[in-house]
Amino acid sequence: MAKKTPFYDKIIQNKGRIVEFADFLMPMQFEGIIPEHNAVRNSVGVFDVSHMGEVEIRGSDRVKFVNYVTTNDASKLAPNQVQYSTMLYPDAGIVDDLLVYNLKDRMFLVVNASNTEKDFAWIMENKKYDVEITNRSDEIGQLAVQGPKAESVMQKLFDLDLSTIEFYHAVEIDMKGIPVILSRTGYTGEDGFEIYLESKYAADAWDMVFSAGKEFDIKPIGLGARDTLRFEMRYCLYGNDIDKTTNPLEAGLGWIVKLDKEEFIGRDPLSEIKKRGVQRKLVGFESLTKGIPRHLQEIYAGDEKVGFVTSGTFAPSLKKGIGMGYVNLAHTAIGNKLKVMGKEPIEVQIIKGPFYKHGSRK
Amino acid sequence: MANVIDGVKYTKEHEWIKIEGDTAVEGLTDYAQSELSDIVMVELPTVGKKVKAGDAVGTIEAVKAVSDLYAGLSGEIVEVNDKVVGEPALINKDAYGEGWLYKIKIDDAKEADNLLSPEQYKELIEKH
Repeated sequence: MAKKTPFYDKIIQNKGRIVEFADFLMPMQFEGIIPEHNAVRNSVGVFDVSHMGEVEIRGSDRVKFVNYVTTNDASKLAPNQVQYSTMLYPDAGIVDDLLVYNLKDRMFLVVNASNTEKDFAWIMENKKYDVEITNRSDEIGQLAVQGPKAESVMQKLFDLDLSTIEFYHAVEIDMKGIPVILSRTGYTGEDGFEIYLESKYAADAWDMVFSAGKEFDIKPIGLGARDTLRFEMRYCLYGNDIDKTTNPLEAGLGWIVKLDKEEFIGRDPLSEIKKRGVQRKLVGFESLTKGIPRHLQEIYAGDEKVGFVTSGTFAPSLKKGIGMGYVNLAHTAIGNKLKVMGKEPIEVQIIKGPFYKHGSRK
Repeated sequence: MANVIDGVKYTKEHEWIKIEGDTAVEGLTDYAQSELSDIVMVELPTVGKKVKAGDAVGTIEAVKAVSDLYAGLSGEIVEVNDKVVGEPALINKDAYGEGWLYKIKIDDAKEADNLLSPEQYKELIEKH
């Protein structure tokens, strides 16, 4: 039986079209992917992301332990700072990508919904030092309020001046009577916040946020637009662009791998890969001809198969097809033209950086 | 609930077909446009092309999914809706009207007996 998030009734009231995703009943869309996408790019939208998993790590060695199971350097985190990171298997394949929150008395790990059980088991299996680990996923609801107007909306709900919260920082704070973790984070490329709270407060929090956002025509946003928004920013999606058969270096996530920190799971093979150089790279490309690249289509250079598409979609902000995929190193230069084997071959060109470059992200 | 209109026939692949004399107008059903959601690209057959019932004659690309278009009847494509190529969202807005896709000059009117009635099509989509 698929699970309901604590916002499920609100989703139904707002006529969300429900699909099963990662064992949760989630809205694929409300009024439509494109209008929802545009609402987040131009004003503000709200995502129920309660399906995400939360794992808390307490104890005196919590930083040391998180540093052992993740690739970024958790010891560099200031109080209330947030960090994007990955967890690896011993062969450097990716267990998951995650956010690490360095809260006052605990490390708070936010993981992908489809991986929560697997990740928790993995963390437990590798438990060492003085730490206490709790899977809090079933008790915690999460809303993401995203868009250039997100701060104006959220400011109405807090006494604290929200402009003092920097990108990738959090506070534990009271939202009109509801204890929340509020962080300036998101998966859209726009400014915005993520709010974690106990499930029992979910309905009240939803109403508060929507009433605060009314003047900005705040909208509920489904998973469909969540995917187009993240993809225009070229953010990786676990299960598509990264998984246990890919390593962070070839995925372009070298910036969250700190090989020179103390020992962590997957470090030695990753050091080897770094020395040797990667064989293939995750590249981003846009369609030059009609057609939209789709997941798992093959990529060719002339007659030679050189890779495959991991994610592909229509980019509502750019109004063309865009894709990402693993391509053999020799063919990964920026500007290089390749062919994606759709129903008709699609000519694509490798581009640098995110597809969408005008986000309000701080 | 998706709108199933009277006065047209349907295919199992979710096209509607309106027969006017020896010509048939085809489009995508309201159910299909709603399932596909935001349609962003449409590829239609070229005028003059001979098609057989059941042939893949075009492509509908939505943000999330791609779907083939199938000819409901055999014949020759005599007109395509260029407006919908420029503005694919017309299919989402008005599947049975402005969102029509192409016209076929029918080879054999009897072929229409193989198509679904509105009642049969309703039954088909209720199973989904």
